[in-house]
Amino acid sequence: MTEELQEITLTVNGRRHVLAVQPRRLLVDVLRDDLGLPGTHIGCEHGVCGTCTVLLDDASVRACITLAVQADGRSVRTVEGLADGMRLHPLQEEFWDKQGLQCGYCTPGMLMRAVEILEQVPDPTPDQVREGIASNLCRCTGYQYIVEAVLAAAPRMRSENPWDPTVPTEAKA
Amino acid sequence: MSALSERPAEPVVGRAVPHESAALHVTGQALYTDDLVGRTKDVLHAWPRQVMHAHARVTALRTEPAYAVPGVVRVLTAADVPGVNDAGVKHDEPLFPDEVMFYGHAVCWVLGETLEAARLGAEAIEVEVEPLPALVTVREAIAAGSFQGGQPHLERGDVEAGLAGAAHVFSGELEFAGQEHFYLETHCSLAHVDENGQVFVQSSTQHPSETQEIVAHVLGLTNSEVTVQCLRMGGGFGGKEMQPHGFAAIAALGATLTGRPVRLRLNRSQDMTMSGKRHGFHARWRVGFDESGCLQALDATLTSDGGWSLDLSEPVLARALCHVDNAYWIPNVRVNGRIAKTNKTSQTAFRGFGGPQGMLVIEDILGRCAPLLGVDAAELRRRNFYTAGGTTPYGQPVRHPERLATIWQKVLDASDFAARTSEIEAYNATHPHTKRGLAVTPVKFGISFNLTAFNQGGALVHVYKDGSVLINHGGTEMGQGLHTKMLQVAATTLGVPLHRVRLAPTRTDKVPNTSATAASSGADLNGAAVKNACEQIRGRLAQVAAERLGISPADVRFADGAVHGIAFASDRLAWEEVVKAAYFQRVQLWAAGFYRTEGLHWDSSRMRGEPFKYFAYGAAAAEVEVDGFTGAYRTRRVDIVHDVGDSLSPLVDLGQIEGGFVQGAGWLTLEDLRWEEREGPHHGRLATQAASTYKLPSFSEMPEVFNVTLLPNATEEGAVYGSKAVGEPPLMLAFSVREAIRQAAAAFGPPGLSVDLASPATPEAVYWAIEQARRSTEHGHVDEGAPGVLPDQPAADAPPMVPFSERVQRMMTRT
Ligand code: FES
Ligand code: FES
Repeated sequence: MTEELQEITLTVNGRRHVLAVQPRRLLVDVLRDDLGLPGTHIGCEHGVCGTCTVLLDDASVRACITLAVQADGRSVRTVEGLADGMRLHPLQEEFWDKQGLQCGYCTPGMLMRAVEILEQVPDPTPDQVREGIASNLCRCTGYQYIVEAVLAAAPRMRSENPWDPTVPTEAKA
Repeated sequence: MSALSERPAEPVVGRAVPHESAALHVTGQALYTDDLVGRTKDVLHAWPRQVMHAHARVTALRTEPAYAVPGVVRVLTAADVPGVNDAGVKHDEPLFPDEVMFYGHAVCWVLGETLEAARLGAEAIEVEVEPLPALVTVREAIAAGSFQGGQPHLERGDVEAGLAGAAHVFSGELEFAGQEHFYLETHCSLAHVDENGQVFVQSSTQHPSETQEIVAHVLGLTNSEVTVQCLRMGGGFGGKEMQPHGFAAIAALGATLTGRPVRLRLNRSQDMTMSGKRHGFHARWRVGFDESGCLQALDATLTSDGGWSLDLSEPVLARALCHVDNAYWIPNVRVNGRIAKTNKTSQTAFRGFGGPQGMLVIEDILGRCAPLLGVDAAELRRRNFYTAGGTTPYGQPVRHPERLATIWQKVLDASDFAARTSEIEAYNATHPHTKRGLAVTPVKFGISFNLTAFNQGGALVHVYKDGSVLINHGGTEMGQGLHTKMLQVAATTLGVPLHRVRLAPTRTDKVPNTSATAASSGADLNGAAVKNACEQIRGRLAQVAAERLGISPADVRFADGAVHGIAFASDRLAWEEVVKAAYFQRVQLWAAGFYRTEGLHWDSSRMRGEPFKYFAYGAAAAEVEVDGFTGAYRTRRVDIVHDVGDSLSPLVDLGQIEGGFVQGAGWLTLEDLRWEEREGPHHGRLATQAASTYKLPSFSEMPEVFNVTLLPNATEEGAVYGSKAVGEPPLMLAFSVREAIRQAAAAFGPPGLSVDLASPATPEAVYWAIEQARRSTEHGHVDEGAPGVLPDQPAADAPPMVPFSERVQRMMTRT
C-alpha cells in the first residue's frame, strides 16, 4: 500500500501516457482502471486463458501477468486501437460476420492474438491458425467460426494494408 | 399450423444474422458489469473473508483489526442484515453463516476504498472456529445417510417382473464428476442507492427477478424498492441462475450502509472455490434386456452431490430422473433420486440441468452392456428408440419420435458410418499401440421448466413516433444469442427491417416477475411474449392503415418497412407514415406482451405429467484415436445432425450446437474437479481451482473435422415461429465422444469385452480402461444375472417426494 510510485511511459494505441504506478500493478489493471480501456478483459487471472491478451511491441502478452512497469517505454495495442476511426480492422469485420463470438468476453484477446498470428504469418494454413489460436480459451464457441474468421481476414489484411495503429495519430495526419 | 408457429412471407427470423452486439464486442465497447466501475464515482470494493475449513463452527469473529487497515471503510457481518440472512429462498444458505459449511466459505465481507485495502482488511479479521467432522465425497454422504431435500421416485410398470422376465440382467455402479462453469466473466455486482433509498443493482445474473427478490429480502425491502439490471454476461451456463443473488445482496447491503456504490467482483479463485458447479452423481442400477437387446426394465438409484445447501438441487434431480430414458423406450422403470449433503460448494444449475446426468446413466449402461449382449452399440441404441405411441416413464407422450430415426439415419449417412466402421476395424487390427473408435449417440431433451409456473414470459415493446422500435424482454443475454433472436422476432412481427429495432438491457422495472433465462426456454418464452406485444401494436396499426388504404384491417400486411393490402396492386404506405398517423389519432404505440406455455402439467408428488412442451432431438457420431501407452486421445471427426425446429437464427443456433457439444466433451473427457478427500488441514479443498489445473477445452481438443447440420423441415407447432430451443440439448451430443473412447479402449482387449470408463475420461482414466481391456479377464464391473448390485430403495422414513423448495412456495402462497 505504501510502495513508492514509479513513473512510466506507455504508448497505448498510438497515444503516449505518462503514469505514476506502483511497481506491483498489473498492466491489465492499469489499462482498465487508469486508462479507461475496459475492452481488455480479465478471465483466469493466471496467464492461462488469454482473455487479457494485448500486444506489447507487436508481441502478444498476457496483461494479467505482466507488470505495468515492464511495459515502460514500450507500445501497447489493445482492442480499442484496432479500428481506424470508423473503419474496422478486417479481423473485426470477419469476427462479426462469421459469428466468431458469442458472449464476446474472449473476443478482444482472440482478436489481438489473431493480429499477431497474421502479422507473423500473413498467409497461414488452417492448421497454423488452429495452433496459434489454441493459446486462447473460449468457453462459449466451438472455435470453428473463430478460425474461419481469422482465415477470411488473412487475404484482406494482405491486400488492404490496414491502418497501422502503432504510428501515433499526430504523425499520421 | 398454429398462429404462434406460422411465419409470414420473407420473415426476418430464419436469416443468418450475426450477434446483435457483435460490433460492440469486436471493438471492445461492449460493457460487462465490472466495466461500469470505471464510469462510477466513489466506488467501494468488496472482499470476502473465506474460512479454510470444510466444516466448522465459528466461535469468534473479531472485525476490529480490519478497521486498523488504511482504506477499510466497513465490515459487513450478520448483525448488519436488516432483513433475512439468507442468500436463497429456502432458508438454508445464510449469507453470513455462523457455521462454515465448505472449504472457503465466506463468513463476512470487507469494503475498502481500494480492492487492496479490502483484501488486507479481510485478512486482518480474526476468526476462531471449532472444526466439525466433514463429508466431502458423495459416497461418504451416502454411507453417513447425509441427505437433503425431497426424494423423488419415478415408477412405471413392474420393475421386478420386468427383470424376472428378462433374458439378460446386468447391474452396476457409476460415479461421475460435476463441472465448473468457468464462464470467462466471474460473478460481479455493482450496487447503488438513490436519494430515495431505492436500490439499483447491476449484476451478472441469469435471473434478475430472483436477484431482486433476494436483495429485497436481505435488505428488508419490498421488491418494488429494488431494481436489478443485467447488461449482458460473459457466459452463464446456469452458473449465474442462482449463485449471483448472495453476491448482489452483499453489494446492495454495503451500498445501503455506506451510501456509496459497492462493487463486488470475485476473482477467479474466489469464484471457483465459492460458487456452485454441476452436480456430480452416483448411480446404482439393474437393467433387463430381452433376447434381441430391447430394454425390459430399469431399476436405478441416482444420488446427486448437492454440496452444502439445497440451491437448485431438487429441480436438477427431477430433470435427471426425467431424462434417464434419453431416447429409449423402457417399459418398466423405477428410479429413485436423493441429494447428498456434502461439505462442498452449493452445486447448482449447469447447462442441461440434470438432464445430462440422467442421460449419462443410460448411455453408460448401453455402452457397457452392448458387448455383453453381443449387439453392436449403435444398433443396440437404435433398436431401443421410442416409436409412435411411446410415452416417457413419467407419462408424457413422445411426440415426433420419427425425427429420431430420421436424424439417426442422416448422421449415419453424413458420417459414412458403415464404411468408416470397417476402416476402423482394419486399422485396429494392424495397429497394436493405437486404436480408434467410432460411436453414435442420440439426444432427446425435454423443453420447458419442470415446474409449470416458471413457463411464462414477458416483454415490453415501444414504437416511437419516428417509427423506431425499442424492445425489452425478461430474458438475459449471456452469449447465447437470445437478444439477436428477439430482435428478429420483433422485426418479423412488425414487418420492419432489423435495423429499425433496438433492444434495451434486461431490467426488473421494465418487465417484472420474469423466470430465469434457463432451461433453454429463453427464446420460446420471451420470443412469444415479444411477438404478442408486437401483434397488439400491429393490430392497432392495421386499423389505421386499413382506413387509409380503404381495405379491411384483416387484409393489411406489414413487410420490410412497408404497409400494404393483400392484393398485388395494393397501395403501399411507409411504416413511418402509418406510425405517425396512428400517433395523431391517439393510438397507443406501445404494448406489454405476455406468454404462458399451454398444455403443461406436472405433479411432483407422483412424478407424473407432461412437463415439457416438446422434445429437442439430435445425434452425433464421433471418432477418436487412443494411444495405448498414455491413454491420450484425439477426436478425429464429429458429425452432428440436430433439430432446432425451423431455426430463428441459424448462425446463432449452429454456434450453440458447436459450443454446447464442446462444453459437453469438456465435462465428459477433460474437466476434472478434484477435492481434497484426505483428512487433514486441507480436507475439502478444491484442488483444481485455476485454469492451470482445471483443464478446459481449447483448440487442441477440437475435432479435426467438425460437421454440424440442422434438421431440415422441422417446424415445431406451438413454438414461436416454428423454432425449438437450442441452449442445452447439444451438450449431450458429446456422449458420442465418451462412447467412442470406450470402444477404442476396448479394442486393446479381445472382442466382446465390456469396459468401464471413468467420467471425466481423462487420459489417465482412459489408460486404466485400456489396462482393464488388456487384462481382458473380467468385464469391467458389470455384474451379470440377478440379484447383482441392488440399488438402494428409499427408507420407510424417507422425506416426501415433493421438493422442499415447492413446499416452501406452497406455504408462502397459502399465507
Ligand atoms: S486473464 Fe490473463 S491469461 Fe487469463
Ligand atoms: S464468446 Fe464467450 S468466451 Fe468466447
